[in-house]
Amino acid sequence: MVADTAPSSLTVAPSRSSAFLRIRAWLARRSEAVAIPVGAAALGFLLFGLFLAALGKSPLQLVDIVWRGGFGSSFALGNSLQRAAPLLFAALCVALPARLGLVVIGGEGAIVLGGLAAAAAAQPLAALPALLAVPLMACAAALVGAVWIGSVGWLQAYRGVNATISSLLLSYIALALANHLIEGPLRDPTSLNKPSTLPVDDAFMLGPMPVIGVHWGLGCGVIACLIAYGLMDRTTLGFAARIAGGNVRAAQIQGLPVGRLIVGFTALGGAFAALAGFFEVVAVQGTANGTLAAGYGYTGILVAFLARQNPIAIVPVAFLLGGIEASSGLIQRRMQLPDATVLVLEGLLFLIVLMSETLYGRFKLFNPHLWAEKRAPVPSAAVPA
Amino acid sequence: MPVADLPFTRRRLLGAGAVLGLGVATGSRARAAGALTVGVIYVGPKDDYGYNQAHAQAAKALKGLPGVEVTEEERVPETNAVEKTMESMINLDGATLLLPTSFGYYSPYLLAEAKKNPKIQFRHCGGLWTEKDPKNAGSYFGYIAQGQYLNGIVAAHASKSKKIGFVAAKPIPQVLNNVNAFLLGAQSVDPAITCQVIFTGEWSLAVKEAEATNALIDGGADVITCHVDSPKVVVETAARRGAFVCGYHVDQSPLAPQKYLTGAEWNWLPIYKGFIEAMQAGKSPENFVRGGLADGYVKMSPYGPGVSDAARKNADAVKAEMLKGGYTIIKGPLKDNAGKEVLPAGKAYPEKAAELESTNYLVAGVKGSV
Repeated sequence: MVADTAPSSLTVAPSRSSAFLRIRAWLARRSEAVAIPVGAAALGFLLFGLFLAALGKSPLQLVDIVWRGGFGSSFALGNSLQRAAPLLFAALCVALPARLGLVVIGGEGAIVLGGLAAAAAAQPLAALPALLAVPLMACAAALVGAVWIGSVGWLQAYRGVNATISSLLLSYIALALANHLIEGPLRDPTSLNKPSTLPVDDAFMLGPMPVIGVHWGLGCGVIACLIAYGLMDRTTLGFAARIAGGNVRAAQIQGLPVGRLIVGFTALGGAFAALAGFFEVVAVQGTANGTLAAGYGYTGILVAFLARQNPIAIVPVAFLLGGIEASSGLIQRRMQLPDATVLVLEGLLFLIVLMSETLYGRFKLFNPHLWAEKRAPVPSAAVPA
Repeated sequence: MPVADLPFTRRRLLGAGAVLGLGVATGSRARAAGALTVGVIYVGPKDDYGYNQAHAQAAKALKGLPGVEVTEEERVPETNAVEKTMESMINLDGATLLLPTSFGYYSPYLLAEAKKNPKIQFRHCGGLWTEKDPKNAGSYFGYIAQGQYLNGIVAAHASKSKKIGFVAAKPIPQVLNNVNAFLLGAQSVDPAITCQVIFTGEWSLAVKEAEATNALIDGGADVITCHVDSPKVVVETAARRGAFVCGYHVDQSPLAPQKYLTGAEWNWLPIYKGFIEAMQAGKSPENFVRGGLADGYVKMSPYGPGVSDAARKNADAVKAEMLKGGYTIIKGPLKDNAGKEVLPAGKAYPEKAAELESTNYLVAGVKGSV
């Protein structure tokens, strides 16, 4: 990309105000990354509207309901934000490895084990003050998640095991392991019909954030996304990771420690996912049980792909999906549609955004290096390469 | 990049707002003055041929009652999402009686909402309400093990191999009571009968349920029943393999008309009607409701073509006893399947015994472990 722009600025610069053109070219290149996903999402909504019309329901009523159920009031906003909170962490577990070229879809396992680790750690830490114990519980969760998803990276980097498959299979193992521990050694004997671990001490429970009224997982999730963005897009370490993701051979020739980068970033993704489980335990449920496997890990995949694996973009996308899920109840109650309606919408969005990946670099509007050919018709340069 | 994102997001929102401004379907429902709105919340789909359908059938019947509005939501997970569903039903639909029907909704979610909304009544299916809990909360459940006992009687008459099978979700008291009752019912006919149980570990896991059913039949069982959220897979798989089935939750005979013997069904309507009548009379509905066949909270599916006259007579006689109330299934001398004594001779846990809410054993003759 960097190489592409050089000739265009050379040919265009002498004829026009170069500062104006350079800004325009910069804007054009930048807006592609926003316009294509937003356009794809709009197309997804449009197709979904046709789907609804075919069912004899009003697509405009759907817009109204999604607005009122997900965004239109402080209750709706709180509802959406609450649902977005775990998705932020879950999406990072997909987005970080994806920048290294790994498709990790087993975040659910790290969420469950993270929550379980936090609940288990709460018992031996019971004597400590909350200010010390709660961060330690978070560390326990993050460590377990890091080992779990880090091992996916290790298997890929050193044993050539496909990360998509190993992460999915490991998440089944994680669920089985968690079920075994929750129903066996870690079970609270008084939890009869819903096996759970011993409850976390009330003093360790996190209250809601001021003003917003949503638990702290939301704030920490946004911070985690910012940290991930800074690390991935603003440091040499992240740059090295992106090179490894772009071309492993090239990265190896440059002497980059590809194996360690893969293990490190998958472990970081796993640690983030485990924090979603940690917040489920210390901010929502107060104990670890089967409900930890609520599907956040799978919705997180959708969020990460819609955000095109950009940690900053995860924040608005998680909010949007949180809003859609928040309005799913009203869709059922007001339009008499089954809950699967929202799954159809999410599936359509996912497919169309994936297909839109092929559009990058094809629109003249967003690609300044294509402008020059038209404006400065030098015969030799006009021939497409 | 976040800067570039903002205008688009805002424009999208403005666009949505503009559509709103056009005055399209505001969606607020006209409620009859003084009508009581009941909010019913399900963990799975309403047409699952199982647990959720049993509740949805009762909710559908409520819709026909004068002065009652029903608002329903399905597939609500047992997370804080259910709190938001309850709040939404209260604030947007005007619900004053909420019936969240899945076990995991109770603590902490329902308890938190009950404290937050003292004027709204919350009644939960399956939970154990105690005096310490909010007064506007409560719980209800049925002694459906009685139905499984009758299933067992019919199964024993139909079984040729003297082996019957049970596909179970999780080894929790409510499930263990059903497994025990199914075998004890069968042994009341023929003490030599044994029952193999397989736990799938999840409430709804179609693949494992099919595998478990096949494994039971491969092991020689020729009558199958289950306790999972949606018995559809078990019933269809068993019938396809030529085994008889006893149903659970709702009537599954349409899925296997020839092989369906009978089934233990919920009947939530009388409980729901009771709550509604109390509220319409300006009273607080009961906080703790439990009952079995005698109370009408549990009923049996009609007998299928595979049920012999002898089986009918036998089951009907026991059912008549149960309809008198206070029927006892678990009575001494009783040993568990590890040889440990559960109850000495002369002792018994009748239907309302609190001990049955904490069962942690499988009775002798059940093959499998908790």
